This record gives sequence, C-alpha cells and structure tokens, in this order.
Amino acid sequence: MSILVDQNTKLIVQGITGHDGSFHTQQMVAYGTNVVGGVTPGKGGQMVEGILVFNSVAEAKERTGANVAVIYVPAKFAKAAILEDIQAGLPLIICITEGLPVLDMVDVRRAMKNKPCRLVGPNCPGVISPGKSKVGIMPGHIHKPGPIGVVSRSGTLTYEVVYNLSLANIGQSSCVGLGGDPIIGTRFIDVLEMFLRDDETKGIVMVGEIGGQDEQIAAEFIKKEVVKRKPVVGFIAGRTAPPGKRMGHAGAIISSGDSTAEAKRKILQDAGVTVVDVPDEMPAIFKQKIK
Amino acid sequence: MKIHEYQAVELFKSAGLPVVNGRVATEIKEALVIAQETGYPVVLKSQVLVGGRGKAGGIKKVATKEELGEAFNVLKKLSIKGYPVEKILVVKAIDIKKEFYVAVTVDSGRDDVVLIASAEGGVDIEETAKMNPAAIKKFYLGGKNTIDLARWPAFISSIFPGSKHQQEGTKIFQGLIKVFFENDCSLAEINPLVVTGEGHLLAADAKVNFDDNALFRHEALEKMRDLTYEDADELEAKQSNLSFVKLEGNVGCIVNGAGLAMATMDIIKLSGGQPANFLDVGGSSNPEKVLSALKIILRNKQVKAILINIFGGITRCDDIAKGILAAREQINIPVPLVVRLTGTNEKEAKELLAKNEINTYSTMREAVNKVVELSK
Repeated sequence: MSILVDQNTKLIVQGITGHDGSFHTQQMVAYGTNVVGGVTPGKGGQMVEGILVFNSVAEAKERTGANVAVIYVPAKFAKAAILEDIQAGLPLIICITEGLPVLDMVDVRRAMKNKPCRLVGPNCPGVISPGKSKVGIMPGHIHKPGPIGVVSRSGTLTYEVVYNLSLANIGQSSCVGLGGDPIIGTRFIDVLEMFLRDDETKGIVMVGEIGGQDEQIAAEFIKKEVVKRKPVVGFIAGRTAPPGKRMGHAGAIISSGDSTAEAKRKILQDAGVTVVDVPDEMPAIFKQKIK
Repeated sequence: MKIHEYQAVELFKSAGLPVVNGRVATEIKEALVIAQETGYPVVLKSQVLVGGRGKAGGIKKVATKEELGEAFNVLKKLSIKGYPVEKILVVKAIDIKKEFYVAVTVDSGRDDVVLIASAEGGVDIEETAKMNPAAIKKFYLGGKNTIDLARWPAFISSIFPGSKHQQEGTKIFQGLIKVFFENDCSLAEINPLVVTGEGHLLAADAKVNFDDNALFRHEALEKMRDLTYEDADELEAKQSNLSFVKLEGNVGCIVNGAGLAMATMDIIKLSGGQPANFLDVGGSSNPEKVLSALKIILRNKQVKAILINIFGGITRCDDIAKGILAAREQINIPVPLVVRLTGTNEKEAKELLAKNEINTYSTMREAVNKVVELSK
C-alpha cells in the first residue's frame, strides 16, 4: 500500500510541451511513473519524450484511461487547467504551478464541492510513493521505499527530511507536498487520515511552517486519532521569521499570535507529536518508536 | 501590495461607496484649495502605509486657514515608524454619531471570501476579536461574488438595528464586494464606517490590499505602488526572481526553497548565530541568481559570513557551484563562504569547488556550525 499514487497510477501531464513540463515528464518516466499522455491545447498529435500529446483532458482521459493529472502550466492558465480536470472527472489532480491568485483558488474550491476529485497543491512538489510512482518535481533518487509517511507544506525542506531518513535506512511509504499557498486542495488533516488507514505506513512526519491554522486543526485530530496508533514526528519552519513578512511562500506569513512557529510547535507537542529542532533528529526517534 | 488611503478612496468612489469629501495634497496651497471647496473644519490625514498613525500624531483637525498651514507643516516633518509623510489627505470633518467596522477578506481556512462586521468600529479589529469575539459578525459568500439574499437579512440586522441603515449598509457591502473582486484584493476594509450627524452611513477611512499573485492581470494597480515602502534590496531581489527578507543578524543565507530557507535561519539561531536574511533562490539553476544574491547580501556590512545551503532537486548543484565561481570572478567577496550542497550533481559540484579551494559540507548541521563559528 501507499497513498494517492502507486503502480496503478496512469498519469497525464498538463503543460507537457512547456520547459518544466517536458523536463519533468522525462524525469517521471525515468523513475518508472506510468505517463500515458500529455495535454496542451492546440498541440494535439505531437510527441514529447515519447508521450502522445492531446488537445484536451477529456480526450486524453478517454483515450488513455488516465486517473491522475499533474499540472505544470503557467499560473495564469492553472485555474482553467484544474477546472478542466474537474469537468473531465479526474479523481486526482496534482498542481505544481506556483503563483495562483487566491480568488482563482476560491473558484476552484467551489467547483470541487461535492465532486469525486481531490486536488493536491498548488505550489507544491507533488506526491511520490517510492519505488512505485513519482508525480511532481522531487528528486526521485533520495527516496527509498519503507514505513514512514511524510506530509509537508514545503519542497526542498521535505527533501532534507527524506534525505535524512533514507541515509539512516528508513524508507517512506508516500511523501505528499501540500503546497505553500493559503488556499490548497489537500491539507494536513486529509493526508493524516490517509496515512492512518494505510497499513504500510507505520510512522508519520509532518513538516509545517508559519501562517494559517492547518497545523492547529491537524493537532486536534492527531491527539484524538493518530498518536495512539502511529507515532508522529514534526518540524515547524519559521521560528526566526519576523511577523507580517511573507517568507517566500504566499501562505507563510505570521498574521496573528497563533500562526507563529512557537505556537504551532506547542500545540503539536501538546497533541503528542515529537517536535524536533533540526530535521536530522528524526531518524533516531523513529528507530526508537518503530520496532 | 498595499496602497494609501487616498488611493483606496478612489477605488471606493468608483464602486459607488459614500466617502468623505476631500482630496490628497502634497503642498499647503493645494490643501488650502481643497479646504476652501469642502469648507472648514477639515481633517488632515497623513498618508503612510503603516498602522498607528493616529497615535503617532499623524491626524489633525483644523478649523481655520492659519491652523491648516501650521498643522500641515508639522505633519510634513513627521516620521511615522520611520516613514516620511509625503502626502496628506484633506477631508471635511464629519460629525460622527457611531462607528462600525466592515471588511471583505479571504478566510483561507474556509476556502472562501468572508464579510466581517462589528458594531465596535474605530478600534483594532484584532483587539475586538480577543476582548469581545461575540461582537464580530461574519458572512461567508459561498464562493460567489454576490450576497446570498436568503441568508442576508439575519446578518445585516445583527449589525444595524434600524431598517434605514440596513439598506445603506447592504449597498456599502455590495460596493465593497465589487472593489474586492474587481481588483483581486486580499483585504478591503472600512474602519470606521460611521453614522453621521445627518444619520447617513459614510466610509471615514479606506484600506485596500491586493493579492500579489494576481497583479499580473491588473497592470493599472501596479502604478499605485509607493516605492518609498519597498526595501531597495527586497525590490532588487524581486527583479532577479529571488525572494528576500532582511533581518538583524550577521550570517548571510542563500538557500533554495522557502521552507528550507526558513529552517536554515532557525537552525543558525539555535546554534548560537544570528541570520542576516531570508533568501530563496527558487527552483532554477541560473548561475546569475547566485551572483545577484551575493551582491544583495554583501551590501549589508554587518554580514560576517555567508552560508549557501542547497538541496539539489530541479536545482543542479554543479550549476550553483559554477555560479559561486563566476561571482567570485566578478565581485570581491570579503567574507568567508560556507557551502553545503546535497542532491542532483553533488559530486561534480564538490569537485569543482574543491579545485578552487572552496570547502563544502554534506549536512546542514555541519555547515551551520561552521558558519556560526566564522560569524563570531
């Protein structure tokens, strides 16, 4: 098992003819991801990295049986790309694109209401289930199959965590990048629920940061449901961030007392999460907690 | 992006919101003309993009020409939280019977746009939220850009007791919603919305913030940007596609990725050092970016050592290494560099730097310890 993506993933790439889209298509194919098609309006019939390009998501889905879409299109077209996936009934949409206007995401979330589809991102590195499927931009080679589920609001900081786990010979079941925006499709609590149900996942890493309330909401769920069944180790970035300043991510801004790193660390600790100061402390904790 | 009150007032006006009569002035003679038009007494309001201008003495009510001249000069010499007062909004003084708070903003936890209102206006809304949360009423738009009329009467009557103010209040909310959606705002706020002596509602203040991610579709708004409030280094960083925030310490940081950049600063602090900045070079491998980043950091004379912390993914470590070497050719780097490279093309990068006598580290902890030691 694993969550969201695995060997049954049939992926289409939106924006496959672009600079990022073509590069990462090649990387995903090299990792072993089953990329079944690409979509760029007006460029149907072309081939990119040996993958056939379609004009629309609906056509690509019908012809290939795709069940996951990944989006690399520029920010100004990303809302339309997501809406096209929802319309076509793709069950899983992973949006890598950074810089979507917040009101576009309000529209997207409204369009998704009561629809059987899940969005991960935007502004995220994607999802990988090591050894099975990689959908996104993360470097595949640092990952290793194993028992730890990783969920994070960050990109390279997640790689740092994964790298430390893999170095200590602790593999990962799935790693999910939620994205650094204020409105995102999938939040900590959604992924925690999935990891809780996933038999292969024996422990969970949660990497949060300043801004928003998602860690606080997750903490309640962790306290009630998760910690008695699976250990959770956390890290929160931004202890030195000044209030009111956007720290790279659109969502990483301290706007109230409870969105600081210290407040989030405390609420997670109170919920039973082992919160570390440096990511390299994580492997030793899992070695102790998971026999 | 933030804009001044006088600019926000213009947006309000074009959406049909009732605003106080007046205009902005940079010189006394303009102010005198405006005051003559509106009639005395008038209020002079310093235009600054920081909060607390009232407490800092940035707002003055005057009854005569002479008083205006005197107060205008005082305000022009004022510095509010370090920012000079360049423009002054001159508005007719109004007779205020009651004050409300109203705003439209995004509630990211609910993925929705929310109207916020409180019958306790004129004060900091965060204070009200803390002291008297029941006084704050919220109305969610449900993803739409209009008011759901079925739910509306209960909300509007919870703020305004009389039916006359309910009608005027509804129009004001509709105008505020229009401003919010047409300009991709992150906040459109009136604090206070007042009941005047004549019994009408009037926006006595105006605050509008825009969503930076949406500015690409609002070229006209970009012209409203006041560069006085943009840190020169932060602006230059933005032009080079870097994300930069200046801090107080002496350890310069160049990192790829926002989360890792924050974590790097945090760990420097935990290890006894003081980070001088947040800097995310982003996901691309363009060697030019390393040069721009080093230039910006080195302008800060407090910096005693620089940590370059790269986790290669899309970013290739050898490109970063080439960028470091190219920068060293082009500019003088008078402080020690500590370089940590892990991930894509790490081996090639380390060999390249070793040949040029730059030591590299594989773990963040080693590199941070080294740079903190060098900063002492």
